Amino acid sequence: MDFFQQQGKNAIENMRSLGRSALILWHAALWLPVSVERYRLLLRQLYRVGVLSLLIVAVSGLFIGMVLGLQGFNTLSRFGAEQALGQMVALSLVRELGPVVTALLFAGRAGSALTAEIGLMKATEQLASMEMIGIDPLHRVVAPRLWAGFISMPLLAAVFSVIGVYGGQLVGVNLLGLDHGSYWSNMQSAVDFYDDVVNGIIKSLVFGVLVTWIAVYQGYNARPTAAGIGESTTRTVVFSSLAVLGVDFLLTAVMFGD
Amino acid sequence: MMSLIEVRGLCYAIDNRSIFDHIDLDVKQGKITAIMGPSGTGKTTLLRMIGGQLRPDGGTITMDGQNISTLNRRALYTLRQRMGMLFQSGALFTDMTVFDNVALPIRVHTTLPETYVRDLVLMKLQAVGLRGARDLMPSQLSGGMARRAALARAVALEPEIVMYDEPFAGQDPIGMGVLLKLIKSLNETMGMTSVIVSHDVAETAQIADYIYLLADGKIVCHGTPDHLLQHKDPHVCQFMQGLADGPVAFDFPASDLRSDFGCA
Amino acid sequence: MQAKHLEIAVGLFLVVGFFAFVVIAIQVSGLNRDYNSDSYQLTARFSNVGGLQAGAKASSAGVTIGRVKTIHLDSDDYEAVVTLAIDARVDFLTIDSIAAIQTAGVLGEQYISISIGGDEEVLVDGDEIEDTASAIVLEELIGKVMASFSK
Repeated sequence: MDFFQQQGKNAIENMRSLGRSALILWHAALWLPVSVERYRLLLRQLYRVGVLSLLIVAVSGLFIGMVLGLQGFNTLSRFGAEQALGQMVALSLVRELGPVVTALLFAGRAGSALTAEIGLMKATEQLASMEMIGIDPLHRVVAPRLWAGFISMPLLAAVFSVIGVYGGQLVGVNLLGLDHGSYWSNMQSAVDFYDDVVNGIIKSLVFGVLVTWIAVYQGYNARPTAAGIGESTTRTVVFSSLAVLGVDFLLTAVMFGD
Repeated sequence: MMSLIEVRGLCYAIDNRSIFDHIDLDVKQGKITAIMGPSGTGKTTLLRMIGGQLRPDGGTITMDGQNISTLNRRALYTLRQRMGMLFQSGALFTDMTVFDNVALPIRVHTTLPETYVRDLVLMKLQAVGLRGARDLMPSQLSGGMARRAALARAVALEPEIVMYDEPFAGQDPIGMGVLLKLIKSLNETMGMTSVIVSHDVAETAQIADYIYLLADGKIVCHGTPDHLLQHKDPHVCQFMQGLADGPVAFDFPASDLRSDFGCA
Repeated sequence: MQAKHLEIAVGLFLVVGFFAFVVIAIQVSGLNRDYNSDSYQLTARFSNVGGLQAGAKASSAGVTIGRVKTIHLDSDDYEAVVTLAIDARVDFLTIDSIAAIQTAGVLGEQYISISIGGDEEVLVDGDEIEDTASAIVLEELIGKVMASFSK
């Protein structure tokens, strides 16, 4: 009976933390940068979450695009279908790799930093003292970070995809001698704006919400010790990576599976 | 004398371990009330409950007739503007200067123009002797300075009640003297009600008007500092005079000594 | 970091991000080559369209001149009816033009190739291309070859 009691207790505890994290998301979503003060808070977080992630996303995008160009060219040329390289590179990036890889990089670069920062603020009683000053930390600390994540993620994913497409061109066209025109025209006829691009953007929006939500919740609920913050940071990266990959499958099934 | 805060029948437990067992406590307006007791008796927990950050399992805590534990979020945040709390670590916001730390409550809760805010902040910083340190970041301050800066922030909005969580812990004698003087003068000149949580007997007894002694989840004894210092109860004697052994045992509960060393 | 520099950095980030969106929309998905605005429609009937899909290109002599808008099955004669949107500038497709479904490479995507004939009269909006060649379905072809071998 003890075993079942333990399972029941765990289930209730899991439900509770899910509910608590949903409430955090809800409180933060209602926070809109309408005042000068809020605009400044959001600006600072956009810088830290978005601008500082730009470089790693751009460099990764370039390399992924180049690898796609190389692999795609070699494989496609076996079937004499090199002209389809542009289509392959662009579809892979816009539909899948752009949103997914960016989200994984984002979880490692920005998500872990968010968790560690909020966890440390909790451990040093900054969150508690904020409450006692009469400032809701959900508004001042959590909400700007969440919104910065929501806004940054799709933009970063778009940058990733564009740089990746040019990386593919660099290898396929400039290095391996594919025709420039057929690279682009094949891509343009194969990539549909609504089916591929818009769905890719929706994916990156969803991933942005997922990753920042997990990161912020883990920080807010970290055990206020050095080890606790370490655990929470690890959990952020692990959970958000798994969540991104899992949700990606669901979204792909809904969007692209007929 | 009116009670600003009334605690009645307070009960609280963590993981079935009772922290508070039906505690009654009054904080009189304009007085310095100290809550003392050995480490781990939940003194800080009590402050957090008064601040509404934790909810009791039973009993009531009222401030000015409002039951803190049943207030909704908005009302609680409004009530907190009338409270100031000095945390043990100071808890300054590490991403802004000392000046901005002290200015934050004023900027958030009032619509005063920036020149007034500046004057108010400098006055508070002057009171704790840190006017010259206004542009430093919290990481550049010593422990004692950080606590004084945090005190300036806690009283920035001139709250009716200030709560001090272990204000003397880890302070050198000079810093201790400075804090004693500050708490006393804030209480006298601005008429702020103070609640001090501490285990430093000598310092607290110097300035407190009334002391509650907390042990094993109960109020063991309460009265003026003189009353407590002369108390005959062994619990009280042990704590007030800092004896190593007494009713509160030196040894953590353990099995018989002989069985651990194999002589049984 | 000063407030001014922060604002500039974030502003640049937003501009770069939105620019990336624009590049994806126009350069990658070819949204600018939308034939809906200045195009005319032609239909063509095929007994089998193979893997042809809406959005596939229509080309003549290798030059893209339009794309497939819709494909549906005719309820009367059970043939596939393909609607094409042709660039309005290409107003010289003769009525004896031939539309054929072809494959780019052996396994590439399928597209419609239009061979322009020699007639005086040209096709206008709503007309039908009479002469068509259906898709070559690889599996059928293989099946026929196999059948001829087994005889």
